[in-house]
Amino acid sequence: MSETHAQTVAYVRDTMLPEQPPPASQAGVVRWLRENLFSGPLNTVLTLAGVATIYWLVGHYYGWFARSVWNAGSLAECRQIIAATWGEGLSGACWAVIRDRWHQYLFGFYPPALYWRPVLVFVLLFVALAPVLFSAFPRRMLLFSAIYPVLAIWLLWGGSLWPEVMIVLGVVLGYLALRLLEPRLPGFAIFGAIGVALAFWAWGAGPLADALRALVPVSLTPAASDRFGGFLLAITLGVGGIVMSLPLGIMLALGRQSDMFLVKALSVCFIEFIRGVPLITLLFVASLLLNYFLPPGTQFDIILRVMILVTLFAAAYIAEVVRGGLAALPRGQYEAADSLGLDYWKAQRLIILPQALKISIPGIVSTFIGMFKDTTLVVFVGLFDPLKGISDFVRADFAWKGIYWEPYIFVGVIFFLLNFGMSRYSMYLENRLKRDHR
Amino acid sequence: MKTSVFLGTLTAAGLAAGIASAATLDDVKARGELNCGVNTGLVGFAAPDANGNWSGFDVAVCKAVAAAVLGDGSKVKYVPTTGQTRFTALASGEVDMLARNSTWTFSRDTDLKLDFIGVNYYDGQGFMVRKDLGVSSAKELDGASICIQTGTTTELNLADYFKANNMSYQPIAIDSNAEGEQQYIAGACDAYTTDASGLAATRAAFADPDNHIILPEIISKEPLGPAVRHGDSEWGDIVRWTLNALIAAEEYGVTSANIEELSKGTQNPEINRLLGVEGDLGKMIGLDNDWGKRAILAGGNYGEIFAATIGESTPIGLARGLNAQWTQGGLLYAPPFR
Repeated sequence: MSETHAQTVAYVRDTMLPEQPPPASQAGVVRWLRENLFSGPLNTVLTLAGVATIYWLVGHYYGWFARSVWNAGSLAECRQIIAATWGEGLSGACWAVIRDRWHQYLFGFYPPALYWRPVLVFVLLFVALAPVLFSAFPRRMLLFSAIYPVLAIWLLWGGSLWPEVMIVLGVVLGYLALRLLEPRLPGFAIFGAIGVALAFWAWGAGPLADALRALVPVSLTPAASDRFGGFLLAITLGVGGIVMSLPLGIMLALGRQSDMFLVKALSVCFIEFIRGVPLITLLFVASLLLNYFLPPGTQFDIILRVMILVTLFAAAYIAEVVRGGLAALPRGQYEAADSLGLDYWKAQRLIILPQALKISIPGIVSTFIGMFKDTTLVVFVGLFDPLKGISDFVRADFAWKGIYWEPYIFVGVIFFLLNFGMSRYSMYLENRLKRDHR
Repeated sequence: MKTSVFLGTLTAAGLAAGIASAATLDDVKARGELNCGVNTGLVGFAAPDANGNWSGFDVAVCKAVAAAVLGDGSKVKYVPTTGQTRFTALASGEVDMLARNSTWTFSRDTDLKLDFIGVNYYDGQGFMVRKDLGVSSAKELDGASICIQTGTTTELNLADYFKANNMSYQPIAIDSNAEGEQQYIAGACDAYTTDASGLAATRAAFADPDNHIILPEIISKEPLGPAVRHGDSEWGDIVRWTLNALIAAEEYGVTSANIEELSKGTQNPEINRLLGVEGDLGKMIGLDNDWGKRAILAGGNYGEIFAATIGESTPIGLARGLNAQWTQGGLLYAPPFR
């Protein structure tokens, strides 16, 4: 202390007191606990109840998880190991079943020698998704994303490459037709383009593919649809359904908002019908009823049938979610678009949909997550979903008969990881697109 | 077929158009593969191993038919069917035959337009209880809670049995065998009821099988057999006589070990006809004369199949019981091969 700071007037303090530590109840862990867990009688009771529940759960199940066996040839062997290691009469987790059958949970009955194909498809899925999901990636990668579905179909099901090339060629031809017709027949060019593509697929593609096949045979070992199972099936159905249902759902939402009576009526009927019918009913239609309507002997691929139905189902829900986003936009946005002289499609593309879809993101992702989980329902039409279909097979082997929780937990964890990833991405996207100044 | 080439790919795996004829045999031969409807997984009867190869008591019938018709027991496409989808899958032509532990009943045979071509396993519904319950007969189960799979004939049998014996019970509905076992072990029900063959397998898989007993009463008749569609008797004949060939082979002592020896000709004309050495039975059902021999070679005769899949030497450990030959006091009785 220097002289100038000496106390000159007895009752005036002109120096700062050193800072005191906050009282124990207002600092660190204690404060956090007080504020977050014990801030009132109700919260205190809830906290205690929560702790008691966790304690009870851990107390009940910790032992089971702690006594995990990873190396065994059968459930009986697991039990022996548990009895030998931890004592008689105790139960434990027998993860050996996952170790023994993990490939069936992942790939179903896909030929083991060809496992590299689904794995490659899965890896490429991220390459294809990257430019769609994250704007940091070069736009040129979108070209690969466009080709990816066809490439994935070829890699998964195998067979000759040329039919897949024909699909791409049809799209390219349609696009060329669109560019040629657009200046001459504005408004109708899109129908012309679709017509050209369909005509090519109906009459041109078959012979051309055959000719090319004879000329340059490029083909992979075919893998039939009935070999698909487990997560390969769930992810194929899920990704296929998501990719197709989003555009379809947006079209339906726009159709429902449309001023054209027929378009509106059809959209409303479709949406309400699909939403009013349980998914299992639709799956049964896909797997059984269709066989009665189609000519006898027709083999309409079951995975494709189910994928179409799942897509339609998800699209109806997406349509309503997007309609919510459209309805949330202030009327002024529509009027602003009109006053700029934009036509309907340009207004939707540049002004309405970007805002409406941004609002709808949580709903859309929820629908996708729900749809992805619903793919396990395909067990009812004889496909091998990972949750029950594959587990039933595994339990039908006497070595694993009686195993119950382990497969469910394993499948549940994988589903959780995938869905959690989707949900985190949607949060990231919401943050990135945030334009208001909250 | 040309236009369908493209559509087939568009649909990723196939939309092979073509008008199927009513003759299943021709379809199967043209396809080069037998579509056989099996269970989605039942211990001992139909189950795929870690490599996806199917085996089991029902699967053996599929293999025998494929061997008889196509000459190769491995040319089978197994179509797993659930309790709900099995008959529709057959009626709609998705499968050529069903070998899926299905009970032969009046209404299924007539109203559902199926043809049960025989019985490959005589089953019946039984009960399993914990030993410490102190029950030794199903008649003592008055007031018990019973785990029962919904939507099956076992549910109806249970109601009939308790009504007939003037007893009450509390049903605990379960959805699948795995769930039933879990509920039973957890003590949610006093007794678990399903087909006796299933009970035996379930009990054998328990950690403490000695603490559980299967009650002696069998309360229903469950003749399980392969089925085909109404209206194609030629195909039905093939499946029926393939099964009969397996049964007859056991009766006459034809095994996969001695069949090569016997097919050089024996003193027994019936064996000779079965194996195609004499007569031309094969021609009568639209096959060649070696069909019976191939069917038996696919997995052995009935007794060998039984022993290898569900018999007493397997963990499931089922005794022959009703499924012994008629000469051994059982019900298996193949009509003469003549």
